[in-house]
Amino acid sequence: MNIPPPNSIQNPLFQKIEQARRRQGKIQDTHITLAHGSGGKAMRDLIDDIFVSNFDNPILSQLEDQASFNLASLMQQGDRLAFTTDSYVVDPLFFPGSDIGELAVNGTVNDLAVSGAKPLYLTCSVILEEGLPVETLRRVAASMKAAAEKAGVKIVTGDTKVVHRGAADKLFINTAGIGIIPQGVSISARNIQPGDTIIINGEIGNHGTAILIARGELALETNIESDCQPLHSLVETILHVCPQVHAMRDATRGGLATVLNEFALSSNVGIRLFEESIPVREEVNGVCEILGLDPLYLANEGKLVVVMPGKYAETVLSAMKLHPAGKDACIIGEVITSPPGIVLLKTVFGAERIVDMLVGDQLPRIC
Amino acid sequence: MKYVDEFREPEKAEALCREIAKLCHRLEKPIKIMEVCGGHTHSIFKYGIEEILPPAIELIHGPGCPVCVMPKGRLDDAIAISQNHNVIFATFGDAMRVPGSKTTLLQARAQGADIRMVYSPLDSLQIARDNPDKEVVFFALGFETTAPSTAFTILQAAAEEIHNFSMFSNHVLVIPALKALLDNPDLQLDGFVGPGHVSMVIGTDPYEFISQQYNKPIVVSGFEPLDILQSIWMLLQQLVENRCEVENQYNRIVQKSGNTVALQAINKVFAVRDSFDWRGLGDIPYSGLKIQSEYAQFDAELKFTIPNLKVADHKACKCGEILKGVLKPWECKVFGTACTPETPIGTCMVSSEGACAAYYKYGRLSNIAKKTIAQKPKVAITQEPLPACGFSSD
Repeated sequence: MNIPPPNSIQNPLFQKIEQARRRQGKIQDTHITLAHGSGGKAMRDLIDDIFVSNFDNPILSQLEDQASFNLASLMQQGDRLAFTTDSYVVDPLFFPGSDIGELAVNGTVNDLAVSGAKPLYLTCSVILEEGLPVETLRRVAASMKAAAEKAGVKIVTGDTKVVHRGAADKLFINTAGIGIIPQGVSISARNIQPGDTIIINGEIGNHGTAILIARGELALETNIESDCQPLHSLVETILHVCPQVHAMRDATRGGLATVLNEFALSSNVGIRLFEESIPVREEVNGVCEILGLDPLYLANEGKLVVVMPGKYAETVLSAMKLHPAGKDACIIGEVITSPPGIVLLKTVFGAERIVDMLVGDQLPRIC
Repeated sequence: MKYVDEFREPEKAEALCREIAKLCHRLEKPIKIMEVCGGHTHSIFKYGIEEILPPAIELIHGPGCPVCVMPKGRLDDAIAISQNHNVIFATFGDAMRVPGSKTTLLQARAQGADIRMVYSPLDSLQIARDNPDKEVVFFALGFETTAPSTAFTILQAAAEEIHNFSMFSNHVLVIPALKALLDNPDLQLDGFVGPGHVSMVIGTDPYEFISQQYNKPIVVSGFEPLDILQSIWMLLQQLVENRCEVENQYNRIVQKSGNTVALQAINKVFAVRDSFDWRGLGDIPYSGLKIQSEYAQFDAELKFTIPNLKVADHKACKCGEILKGVLKPWECKVFGTACTPETPIGTCMVSSEGACAAYYKYGRLSNIAKKTIAQKPKVAITQEPLPACGFSSD
């Protein structure tokens, strides 16, 4: 075998080959195969073509096994790191108003934001089912790119795995995120006190209903869209007028009822909700009536529950209403001393009933 | 919502409550009213209706939740069918958590059975069309409300000659259950709020025996809060005027003679069983529906080998007394401790239409609960060890 002399790299043919070899990868297949998770050339092409090109930023482009940040610049923005992770396994992948990609970005951005943190960097790990159309993944990545730009975060590192057909349902995404909490902000479910007021930034149950309808099992047609949106900017607005906010949480899976039960238990306080003040779309109520579900437990992806001392409630409410993500904000309840750890609902008839934690999933009633 | 919000107006509810209070002053003694239907129980708790009624009215939450009256043995049979190789078992959502003697359908699914949740029996027929190499079994349960849709599904399966489809029928009938309740010497009721959905199918005529033979008034009611309040008001009027009739508050839906088409479908497809075991209430003659011999090919009880064992309720569980209105849920020793919605010992704790689950979820701090708990000590229970996991070990 003739080994080319070292200077052969100067040969135009070899130069062409090297150029082609170093060109950014482009995925040729129409469907994901096991080769795309093998660690070889096909995987590199997938990462280049789908992720690096979409999430383009200097940290990711280094393509190291980790992302590294300048500590000094982070420390200028606050005095604590917020760190969170979440996995997204929604079916269908695309649904009215949003998709799994946007959800995977906004969900983690919101988990950071509700601590008062400014979200900065996300990771993106995907588990792909063999046979997934590449076009689907391309759409999801483009959606993640758009959501990351909107939320002002960078996707800086990630991972790709491919599993055998049937071992996963099309596409799972995990995102982890890092944000910086500004000095002086202290938000926790354990800070809530009697006399606090509870505000939500709009209608509940839209996301849960949109997903139920999108699954196509109900033969129902509505124009309900998911409320998926980033909340960091709204949080910033709230903290600007009221740094004394006691607790904040985005009401995702388990809905408003679950968040409030977690609040009541963490701070060992009672919570009283006013049924007539809780905003629910007519169509969501209609679907709940048909299926025997309760909108208080339906999932949301852009709803923020804020608890602050009662004297700041009107100020916070006014500020929220001026923000696009909070224009439908309203006061929905108050924090009371007793019964501790329990959420009560004052019905429109003046009676009170318990709103407990959900047991398992909500299941449609027989009749 | 059109036709819904109109029945939830607080001002009208307040006006009705005032009229109910006025009538209560004319009563000679406090009264007990049973709402038979689980849908009513659910509404009563969801809207806090019990709380806004005068103390002279006590609501008893009857046996009208199809899940609550399902005996453990039948659940075991359903699970046994679902565990057959090649079977796809289809069921309504709220049946998934009902405990059999050892496990639930939800747990059986986790252990490998192909159990699918459907919203209508017709969905299960579609599963059969889509999976010709599988046997699809629908877990048919419910009162006369759901029986017509399962009957139509069998007729459809017969018309299309779908051979890989069958039903495990556990349909029950409300009239024999009411009769059994009325014959119970423990029962001290002054009137009934009659079931709305069931009556939409059977009409109001079949209730005549209640007023004529047992001297109890009954008002068939809708499910919205104003429906229920108006029905209670109508019952009170009968009581103070010493009348005893079958009245129909839900006349926007319910006809006197019911829905002929639905009844014909039920009669064509189903036959009345000699007896059916009700959870908590025991065997009630002529209270269940089985599939007619003409449609035997769609009868899962004939198609599969099932254990068909009668499993007694755990002795600590007082579901029977609660379904009969003899005891309140909190008078059962295991209520809210060993028996919770997460670990139901009795089925009354499974569905939100069950009296125990309704009190646990919505009303365990209600004024009514507090008042009665203060008055009565807990009922003494036999000294049987409680099941550690919440499911009965008997």
